[in-house]
Amino acid sequence: MDFNDTPAEADYRATARAWLEENAAEYREPPATPWKLDEFIARSKAWQAKKFAAGYTGITWPKAFGGQGLGPMQSIIYGQEEGRFHAPSGLYSIGLGMCIPTVFTHGSPEVAARYVPKALVGDEVWCQLFSEPAAGSDLAGIRTKAVKDGDDWIIDGQKVWTSFAHASDYGIVVCRTDPSKPKHKGLTMFIVDMKAPGMEVRGIKQMSGGSDFNEVFFNNVRVPDAWRLGAEGDGWKVALTTLMHERLAVGGKPRHAPGYATLMKLAKGVEAPNGGPAIEAGDVRQRIAQSYINDEGIKLTQLRALSALSKGQMPGPEQSISKVVVAKTMQEMAAFALDLAGGDGFVTEGTDPELEKLQGSYLWSAGLRIAGGTDEILRNIIAERVLGLPGDLRPDKDKPFNAAA
Amino acid sequence: MNFDFSDDAKALGDQAKKLFADKAGTAAARKAMAKDAPAFDAALWAEIAALGWTAARVPEAHGGLGMTAEESCMLADAAGGALACVPLVSSLLATEALLIAGNEAQQAKYFPGIADGSCIAVAAWSEPGAANPQALAVKAEGGKLHGVKAPVADLPGAHLAIVAAAGADGPSLWLVDLSAAKVDTLETLDLVRRHGRLTLDGVAAEPLGSAADYQLWLDRAAVILAYEAIGTATAAMTMTVEYAKTRVAFGQTIGRYQGVKHKCADMYIKIELARAHALHGIAMIGSNGAELRQAAAAARVASLEAASFCGEEAVQLHGGIGFTWESDCQFYYRRARTLSAALGGRGWWADRLVRALELRNRAAA
Repeated sequence: MDFNDTPAEADYRATARAWLEENAAEYREPPATPWKLDEFIARSKAWQAKKFAAGYTGITWPKAFGGQGLGPMQSIIYGQEEGRFHAPSGLYSIGLGMCIPTVFTHGSPEVAARYVPKALVGDEVWCQLFSEPAAGSDLAGIRTKAVKDGDDWIIDGQKVWTSFAHASDYGIVVCRTDPSKPKHKGLTMFIVDMKAPGMEVRGIKQMSGGSDFNEVFFNNVRVPDAWRLGAEGDGWKVALTTLMHERLAVGGKPRHAPGYATLMKLAKGVEAPNGGPAIEAGDVRQRIAQSYINDEGIKLTQLRALSALSKGQMPGPEQSISKVVVAKTMQEMAAFALDLAGGDGFVTEGTDPELEKLQGSYLWSAGLRIAGGTDEILRNIIAERVLGLPGDLRPDKDKPFNAAA
Repeated sequence: MNFDFSDDAKALGDQAKKLFADKAGTAAARKAMAKDAPAFDAALWAEIAALGWTAARVPEAHGGLGMTAEESCMLADAAGGALACVPLVSSLLATEALLIAGNEAQQAKYFPGIADGSCIAVAAWSEPGAANPQALAVKAEGGKLHGVKAPVADLPGAHLAIVAAAGADGPSLWLVDLSAAKVDTLETLDLVRRHGRLTLDGVAAEPLGSAADYQLWLDRAAVILAYEAIGTATAAMTMTVEYAKTRVAFGQTIGRYQGVKHKCADMYIKIELARAHALHGIAMIGSNGAELRQAAAAARVASLEAASFCGEEAVQLHGGIGFTWESDCQFYYRRARTLSAALGGRGWWADRLVRALELRNRAAA
């Protein structure tokens, strides 16, 4: 066993590292104050264009679509190297990670030719419009409808939890096109112009106080049939392509989120209930050990996947444990650490930056346990797809959507 | 990057699982529960010795196959999964101690017998009143050991014991020829694996390496035992998942209920976390890596957690039938305690893990 790159991987890494040293120098440290949205978008676009010019975008995509035609290891290696910097990230992760692969897999050649290059260079930002108020875990319960009108479709309805809708030019949207069919059968996927008449984007204020997501309202929004992705009625199948990419994207502990090391540092400076530093208390040490086991266990599990990819094999099913462990561990660790800090962990004025991070992590982890598959849905997936247990009973599964209770 | 077992180790693991599926498993374990049953399955022991499993990790110069710790771990995984009634894991732990700490003469004296299966070797650290492998009262004086070691796994029928005893620099290992020692069987919660009490009333012993060797042995033993625990936990999970696919309640198989399937998913999650750390441990054994201490401790804690959880929830998800004497659930439930007793429990190893992280942080500062 070894943790070394193959010679080819090492070459790729060295080249990427040298390029980043030269081109990402301004992002060596995190910004002193977080960027405002406009600056974040401007910096993201400039950085994406730079990466495009150097061949560090669409690393695994086919060359025909402007990609580099390389393997997943190269993409991961580049990601690791870029991760050493604080370059603006996130604006394109959904568009390029999920939407555009769906566009070039299921769209017509003309549509792909029009949209893929501009997305890759970063000129156009994309978002994914799937979740609805009544379609979260039960994603196929989509009610936003699209009705055929000549060569167009007219879309009416509401989407929710759409990241970067306010900064996006285009989106992919799943709509119900035939409510007389069972719920997985009557769906169709379309490209939509986020600036089209009848589109309305409203920010959602989260319980954490931030606004990272949106509600999107469709009022008689017109979309040409040429923007359909996949056949009419195949929307669920197409959406699964997109979600497959999402599961790869939403995985490990968010970069820079507090972990066991934060708890260790904190516990040195706090007194235990029975006196002495908290770091010497048995229950605190148990918690540190558990945080280490969970956080590092997921990192090591991801290394197992990299090892498989590096040998040209498919990663094993154990990758499915990642998010369900990470999100809950973040929450438990943050709550334990804030408790340990007593009143200081509770006050949000003039708070120590480490504690402030823990407070942020405590609030954000509540959302992370839901985003991209709830803890409960992910356990269903492990039980059903990995262990082979039967699926939940779904009384509405085979009924026409408009006849189900 | 290559973060996986070698093909050789996997092949040996597959061979072991196949043989144990035929000749070990819960039916054999039930036979071994009988009061008059032999200490272990001698025919199976002879067969695995003939297949070279006891020789796998022994150097070629001493009649072995010179394989790596990966092979030992694959064997421990298979033995754990099948509850195999042979002193294989004990032999692997003793082999590791001789490899780490044995001088040329000691290796030449003991390895050939261990390799061909004629010398059954066990590891004895536990003693009455000792809660962890660091706090030992048994002492060596002038090459003789005084005190009691108990419970010692696979002691009845064994020939050689690797005994941990207190010394000036901390605990270290000693070699004890059991033909001269007093061995009694000792009843434990585990009704399948025999344990014993080793009374050392001035028994002659040879020192085996240094106090530092003992610490290294603890780490390597923790990794091997983690694989045994992972094997056992996986067997408990598999049995439970199969039951949940067939048992019907309220008109449907119980595996459809989230209350049931989510517990099965949690079994899987705990096992895979343990496996990740155990694999890290093996990688560190193979490379003499500095992270062995933390990897071994994490593997130990996570694997005991997996074995306990799977054993406990296996009974729970089987319902009433799982609590009967006739059900196989009790094997896994009881074995979780055996695994914990084998090298100190979760609390001590969690502390050792944090201590390793503190040392690393101090070194980096």
